Formats: sequence, structure tokens, C-alpha cells
Amino acid sequence: MTDKLIPTKQMPPGLQVDQVDDRIMTLNVGPQHPGSGHMRIIVRIDGDYIVDADPDPGYVHRGEEKMAEARNYILNIPHLERPVIHDSCNILYPYVLGVEDLVGIEVTERAKYIRVIAAELNRCIYIQYWLAIYGIFLGHSTMFMWPAGDRELLIDLMEKITGARVTHSYFIPGGVRNDVPANFEDVCLRQVNYFEKRIKEYADVFYDNPILKARTEDTGVLSREDAIRLGTTGSVLRASGVDYDVRIKEPYDVYDELDVHTNVLKAGDSYARSKIPWLDMIESCNIIRQALEKMPKSGSIRTKLKPNPKGKDDEVYRRVESGRGAAGCHIISQGKPEPYRLKLSVGSFRNLIALPYLLKGEKLGNMPAVYWSLNYWPVEADR
Amino acid sequence: MSTAETTPPPKATPPPKATPPEKVEAPAPAFEKSFIDQITNHFSDHVEVEYIKENRTRINVKKEKIVDVAKFIKDNTPFDHAESVTGVDFPEDKEIGVIYHLGSYTDPAYSKQVLALATRVPREENPNPGNDSTKLSSLREIFYSVEFHEREIFEMLGVYFEGHPDNRRLLLPEDWADLPPLRKDFTNKGR
Repeated sequence: MTDKLIPTKQMPPGLQVDQVDDRIMTLNVGPQHPGSGHMRIIVRIDGDYIVDADPDPGYVHRGEEKMAEARNYILNIPHLERPVIHDSCNILYPYVLGVEDLVGIEVTERAKYIRVIAAELNRCIYIQYWLAIYGIFLGHSTMFMWPAGDRELLIDLMEKITGARVTHSYFIPGGVRNDVPANFEDVCLRQVNYFEKRIKEYADVFYDNPILKARTEDTGVLSREDAIRLGTTGSVLRASGVDYDVRIKEPYDVYDELDVHTNVLKAGDSYARSKIPWLDMIESCNIIRQALEKMPKSGSIRTKLKPNPKGKDDEVYRRVESGRGAAGCHIISQGKPEPYRLKLSVGSFRNLIALPYLLKGEKLGNMPAVYWSLNYWPVEADR
Repeated sequence: MSTAETTPPPKATPPPKATPPEKVEAPAPAFEKSFIDQITNHFSDHVEVEYIKENRTRINVKKEKIVDVAKFIKDNTPFDHAESVTGVDFPEDKEIGVIYHLGSYTDPAYSKQVLALATRVPREENPNPGNDSTKLSSLREIFYSVEFHEREIFEMLGVYFEGHPDNRRLLLPEDWADLPPLRKDFTNKGR
């Protein structure tokens, strides 16, 4: 094949024309293409079939981990939720739990329940956003409009609690930033009940739709063994038949007092991977209703924190179940007000490794269906 | 006005300082200790236990032995995937730490456990990623899931993973020509 190479000038890696073949064509999808999010996927295609796919994240890399080393434990809160602003409670959760361990502070009972409610509301908000984009990727514009509209219900609810529509910065070490409004329980229950009724209607228009099934069933099948071997997490893992949810396996805050069920499907194809988050939303509604019932009606929502708290000379690794799978936060502290090193191990980054395996041998037209079914958020993977 | 000197009341003797209770080391949780012992018994001198806490354990390994220890863990314990790989720069020690967090999906008894497998590699003052002594054997053949994590550490800290099939940049731009950015001597411009 070497005689077919076109001699090119020395170019930076990634930009040179490396191989020209009669059959194989290299195609850059992204990083600004609407079908890839903020990420480039370099696909090599033979006619209509993908020979090889190479994900190239990093287009929106912002150095969150480096930034965290220069700011103290409180100042880190607003910028650490930026990787996933529409799931900002869940991305912040492991960090806050880790700081509580390092500083040595207890959380009040009421704050724990408020956190669980906020985290589950945020999970629904994230999944609705993800589902809207999945709909438009597949050319189903009703599925873009419905979740985008119904999502507003919960955004309004979060705005009532936190004061901000998406970037809440609501969790702080020791509890939550402010209390819920007076009539919150009634409003929340009403909204969540209506929301659940609405999302159950998605089955008729989307999940039982024969066109969707034809496009997503048996595409991008990930076997159980591969899902474990590749270390995938969240909906990707559970769609391949592995029953693993951090909320159940390693309960944090009050998840052990609630009756949490997890959804597992065995098929491992794009359809199963797209259905798990939707089932998760219905489960989230159950969790919110239980938490509203069990929540102490009054009490402190925050344990007072000393200004500029110092973490002890230790390291912690805490994890939670975010909308995209397990989100881990590893903090190495050296007795200073700033973390010495902070590492976010997020679901998007861990699931990305499966993309080249799933796309190999698929048709190019199936790429958006497979890619977005990984429950992937490019900004979170880049951090 | 009487000038009679009143004897000042005798000073209350300060109560004897309460001696701080002797710090009793909490006994290591039994379940965690059992699988750590399994590893330490096999590699007597080469594995150093950093801590054994509830659900979290950490062992430190010399970099020459990391592949052997990882293989042993994979074959003899239920840990089957890497959740996270952290690289840490220690300029004072002239070393870079690499910490693998291993978890288990297959065994429900181990689903809470996260085993940290840590090692250190030498650090160069003027790094030349890939061509200096900052090298470590890749664990990609053993724990497949470290593939992207190791690529990230290569670009962010300059640790070259020998035996990794794809030692390319991942997040940084292709033409990045500065220090590896997560090293402590790389500072944000304008700060």
C-alpha cells in the first residue's frame, strides 16, 4: 500500500493525509457537526460501512482538574458543575461527599433528603435533555419537542428550590445552600405526578414506534462480557445485563432508607441503551415521592462550616450514580484549604471506550443512533 | 475606707489537663483485610499497604512489579475493571504517582469495594514525554478499561506507558508544545 501514499509535507499529527485507498475513505464527523456534539469522530468507511472509528474528544477541554488545585474547597463548587450544567447536582455530589469526609462534618437528616430529591429531579432534567437530542438525531422531531417542553416543569421546580434554572451550585459541604420554599412538598408532588404521566406517553410515540425499533434494535450490540471488560457504567452497563447501580450497591446519604429499584435489560443494543434512561426517570419519580413522604418537615438544612476549611492529610474516593453512570471524585488533600489533586472520573469518559467497538461494521447512517445511545455528554468527558 | 489588706483568695489550681485519650487504631475491617492479605502474602516485600478502611483499600507497589501485581489481582480476586486512573505530580519527591482504582461488577460481595493500586515513577525536571525515564508498564492488557485513562495521563503528566498500543494525545490539541499541564510547575498563564 505504501506506493499509493501521496507524499505530503510534514504536517502535525492528525492533520496529514496518511493513506489514500480506492475503497476506504476517511471522514471527520465533528467537532462542530450537529451529529456529534462537541467532539470529533474520525470514521473510515468502506462504501456505507464503518471500518474503523476513532473518537477524538478534547474540543471543549477546560482543565477543571487543574483549576481545582488553585481554588479552595468552597470556591471549587460553581466551576466543578460546569462540565454537565444540566446535571449539576449529580456531578457535584461526589465532590461534596468527599469534602465532607476530609473536613469531618456531618450532614443533617433534612438536608440529606433535600439532596436526594434535588439529585433525582436533576437526573430527570438531564435525561430529558439527552432524550430530546436522541430524538432529533434519529429525525424524530416530536421526540425533540416533548422532552424539551416537559423538562421545563422540573426546571421550574429546581428554580423554586435553588434560585437558578440550570447551574444550581446547590450542594455544599455540610448540607444544601438554602431551604426549600414553604409549600414545596405539594408543588413538587403535583409536578412530579404530572411529569410521570407525561413521560409514560413517550412509549406510544417513541419507544413502541416500529420505525425506532427497526433503526435501533440489533445495532451496536455490546455483550455482557465486553461491558464488564471495557469498564462501562450506568445505562450502558445495565442495558447489557449487569445489575450495578451505585445508589443500591453503595448507598450514600439516605438512599439506603428508600426503596430503590434498578432497571436492567439484557439485549445490549442501542434500543436497550436508549430505554434504560427513560425507565430510570420513572424510577426517579418513585424515589422523589418516597423522599417527600419521609423527609423531616422541619430542621436544619446545613451544618455550619468554618470559613476556609482545611482538609486533613488524607485522600478520599467517593462515587455516586449520576445520569450517565457512576461519577467518582478522587481528592488528595495535604492539609491545606485547596485540594492537592482532584480527579473526576465521569461516566461519559468511561463509556467512550466502547464507541470504536460498537461502530465497527455498522452502517454510517446508524452512527448517531449508536453514538448517542452511549448516554454520552462530550463536555463532561473533556472536563 | 479601710486599708486592711485583704488576702487575695487563693488561686484556684487549674484542673489537671485532661490527657488526650490514647488514639486506638481501629481494627482493620475483616473483609477488606482478607483480600489484601491474599495479595500481601503472595508478594511479601513488594507490596506495601497504605490503608485498609471500610470499602476503600490502597496498596503501594514498586513500578517494576505493577504488572505482576495487577495480573495477580485480576486472576485471584473479583476485581475486573478500572474505574479511574489518577496521576499526581510530586515535585519535591521528584516522582509522579499513578493510582489505579479497581472495582468489581461480577461479584456482588465486592461491589462496594474500591481497591487503589498505586505506584510511582521518576520525574524529570525537563520532561520529554515518551523519551525520558518517566515510563511505566501499561496495564491495558490486563485491565482493558484503562486504555483512555492511560492516554490521558500520558498527555497530562508525561508518563509514557510501555506496551500501550495507542500512545497518542487524547484531550489536548495535537500541536501542544508546552509542559504536560497537570504538572505542578505548569501554571495557568495570567495567574
